[in-house]
Amino acid sequence: MSAENLVEISDLNFSYDKRPILKGINMRIPRGKIVAIMGLSGCGKTTTLRLIGGALKATTGSVKVAGQEMHDLDQDGLYRMRRKMGMLFQFGALFTDLSVYENVAFQMREHTDLPESMIRDLVMMKLHAVGLLGAHDLMPSELSGGMARRVALARAISLDPMLIMYDEPFAGLDPISLSVIGNLIRRLNDALGATTILVTHDIQESLKIVDYVYFMSDGVVVAEGTADEIKASSLPFVHQFVWGEIDGPMSFHYPSAPYRKDLMLETPINAA
Amino acid sequence: MPHRKIGFGLRSIGHSLIDGVWRLGYASRFFFVTLISSGASFRRIHLTIREIYFSGVMSLIIIIVSGLFVGMVLGLQGYETLQKYGSESALGSLVALSLVRELGPVLAALLFASRAGSAITAEIGLMKATEQISAMEMMAVDPISRVVAPRFWAGVISMPLLAAMFSAIGVFGGYLVGVVLIGVDEGSFWSQMQAAVDFRQDIVNGVIKSVVFGIAVTAIALFEGYDAPPTAEGVSHATTRTVVTSALAVLALDFILTAFMFRGV
Amino acid sequence: MERTTLDLWVGAFVVGGLIALTILAFKVGNLGGYDGSEAYMVYGEFDNIGGLKIKAPIKSSGVVVGRVADIQFDNGKFRARVSMRIGKQFQFPKDTSAAILTSGLLGEQYIGLEAGGDEANLKNGDKFRLTQSAMVLEQLIGQFLFSKASEDGDKKKADGGDKKAVAQ
Repeated sequence: MSAENLVEISDLNFSYDKRPILKGINMRIPRGKIVAIMGLSGCGKTTTLRLIGGALKATTGSVKVAGQEMHDLDQDGLYRMRRKMGMLFQFGALFTDLSVYENVAFQMREHTDLPESMIRDLVMMKLHAVGLLGAHDLMPSELSGGMARRVALARAISLDPMLIMYDEPFAGLDPISLSVIGNLIRRLNDALGATTILVTHDIQESLKIVDYVYFMSDGVVVAEGTADEIKASSLPFVHQFVWGEIDGPMSFHYPSAPYRKDLMLETPINAA
Repeated sequence: MPHRKIGFGLRSIGHSLIDGVWRLGYASRFFFVTLISSGASFRRIHLTIREIYFSGVMSLIIIIVSGLFVGMVLGLQGYETLQKYGSESALGSLVALSLVRELGPVLAALLFASRAGSAITAEIGLMKATEQISAMEMMAVDPISRVVAPRFWAGVISMPLLAAMFSAIGVFGGYLVGVVLIGVDEGSFWSQMQAAVDFRQDIVNGVIKSVVFGIAVTAIALFEGYDAPPTAEGVSHATTRTVVTSALAVLALDFILTAFMFRGV
Repeated sequence: MERTTLDLWVGAFVVGGLIALTILAFKVGNLGGYDGSEAYMVYGEFDNIGGLKIKAPIKSSGVVVGRVADIQFDNGKFRARVSMRIGKQFQFPKDTSAAILTSGLLGEQYIGLEAGGDEANLKNGDKFRLTQSAMVLEQLIGQFLFSKASEDGDKKKADGGDKKAVAQ
């Protein structure tokens, strides 16, 4: 079973200071596939990603990557595991004090003893893959949002990871950059033989490229299926999400005490 | 309901007290972890050299200019006071002793805190706010040994060099005003200075002071940056706190060190 | 790893800092003296050393010839025992006298050597036979007032006295 699934999440619970974020998540991420985790902002998608990356530890339940329980790993084991992972952060998180070239070369310099000439070839190869060969001399501040995202992508794949994770790769991009990134995600996954987890709320773009989708709402998985199944789904929240409707089962309000109570209209006046 | 207000006040005092102790403990652990993660700062010395450039070399201008002016002011004021007692030939020893013992290490550390310390805090705070620190951790690179430790050692190395330059330039400034401008005898200026300033007692102690200040200022700047809330407001507050805290730390440490070094001599 | 312009700047910075330290040590401080050169030790006993400190200069005719190496209290004789380190090139007769003097009115104290006329020179471990203790300000003022008073007393006898002088 774990031969097929690179990542297995079972009965995962997680809470921040007693506030439950994830409530009993189950997911299987098969090798070689692109799996999207979708949902509204704040539904626990990014938290799930951080748990897979080992940045957070599960309260209960298990997260296994390549058969290895993540929260059993010590610092060294975690770092060994992370060398096989690549992660693209929401806004790229490029190192602003390093050039594009040095950003992509960063992990090679940190984790390998490759000679400079080989690092140079590898960096140019990665930059070529994202179409930014000519930009290697620029500093991150000189790049547009879409270019920065692509450099970050080149950096994420610099050590040919087995698992690539994307946190909102489409946020804040123009439509053309959006399709460029979308295409790259698919192409790189197939070319590297990697497995991809895509956390996003951009349903239209991601449905074009993913193999399987998990829908999350309020810390639970509410729907799952292949891209076609999701498109054809008649489940009310999936329908609401796919078509961006305001009315539906997903509420706009953060859970709170009833509004009238909040206005203190119904609080009994307590003498101190 | 006054008792309720008092209760609230007590609770907030207790809360900030516990919070302060907590933060101090966290800062101490951060400092300790930085020390034991320092291997890479020396094995890959170019990381540290790069940071010496940013904190040391970039502070040169302000250190040199301030040192010159402080020395010149010392020359003027010292002459004014000393000539009342007819001992203006002691100007050299006055200028040199004030600079080497106190003003060099202390003023250089204060300038270093506002020039390099605030820059370190802002840089690390922004690296955190833009997820660069998280990204580094996800790439299996320890940010303490890759980002924090080289900056720490660069600060510790730069500080005594900057303080020495400050003192040397300051002595030159005092010479310019005292000897060239006012006309104190050049021979007695230097000989009185050399008779008064002892290598071990004054210069070595001054260097020890500046090393201690370098450790304090850099550690505070790094910790404030690392602990800053990842927002624009959080980073700006942390930068202010760096300058205020390290200025206080430098002055308090200066008192303690002076009490140890020059007691009963 | 290649050389970069940044390395040049950092190198210049480090060299500048070391030069500044060297200047402080040799030009501003006293490291440039005879400390490393050959020297011999002599000592002297004083009733009162005043504010004399270790490393205070030893001068003869105003020229620095050595430094005070050590100050101890001899519990047998109840006197201060001052060890002095004098440069080998400065040789003094055996009957040289040592006095603790003050440079200027409020300056630091040093040991002044007054050469004698003996044929033989002081050797390592020898002792100054003639020493003069430091002046203590209170004693000086006391002596001054005493002599002034007796002077005025004489004057009073002579011409009736001048009270203003006594007050001073």
